[in-house]
Amino acid sequence: MKDAYTWAAIAFIILASTTGDVLLAHAMKRVGDVGELWKQRGLLKVVNRIFATPTFFLGLLAMAVAFYSLLFALSWGDLSLVVPASASLTFVANAFSARLFLHERVGRRRLLAALLVAGGVALMAI
Amino acid sequence: MTFRKYLVLVGVAVFSSAGDSLLARGMKDVGGVSLHHLSSLILAILNPWVACGILLLLAFFASYMAALSWADLTYVLPATSLGYVLVALAARFGFHEAISPTRWLGIALITAGVGFVAAGPSHTTSPQHLNRPEPVSRETSS
Repeated sequence: MKDAYTWAAIAFIILASTTGDVLLAHAMKRVGDVGELWKQRGLLKVVNRIFATPTFFLGLLAMAVAFYSLLFALSWGDLSLVVPASASLTFVANAFSARLFLHERVGRRRLLAALLVAGGVALMAI
Repeated sequence: MTFRKYLVLVGVAVFSSAGDSLLARGMKDVGGVSLHHLSSLILAILNPWVACGILLLLAFFASYMAALSWADLTYVLPATSLGYVLVALAARFGFHEAISPTRWLGIALITAGVGFVAAGPSHTTSPQHLNRPEPVSRETSS
């Protein structure tokens, strides 16, 4: 039964962190290149524009949920399963979500890279 | 991609792994957190390891946001995993700890994955579907 709870926690962490990543990436693409914006209009304009983007706060909320659920799961779950599974599967989930929601061109090269990184992260975190 | 942009990506890798390491160290002191004692999760912030970890994760967040403003999510994300490699190499060459063959294989896979992505373009989306409020610059960024 504890296994079922652990996998439910892992699935929840992956869902929350992928949602957060996609929303934040969307928000920052709307804001535009912050380096250029800072150079041309100053830091205040950068902060103003980020805070005027609603998806930024939704992304932040999803990230906070992911962060606290990981902290929560780490305190009772099987450490050698929660960390590698949630960290590595998030890369794969993000690759598909970026293609679907952000219209990034995730071709064979980036998909293969996501799988390689996911495999590597799983091995490192075990 | 300019030198400064690569530096931001290095920041993403270093701050995320260092922050995670400190947080994991701190949570060992804090111990188990149950649904009935959620307040201990908030009090965990008072632990110095957890506090330093959170500061580094804030630095990670700032560099991550900056990177996402000019590069694809699928380009920036592999950079975050380079932190695992940096921690392992620091342990091997800084603290003379042994690295198991499994971890060496992990390092090889991550490095290959990051190399694959870095060899391609950093930005593949067009700004049209984002309804950007106003253009940042007349120049097109790479």
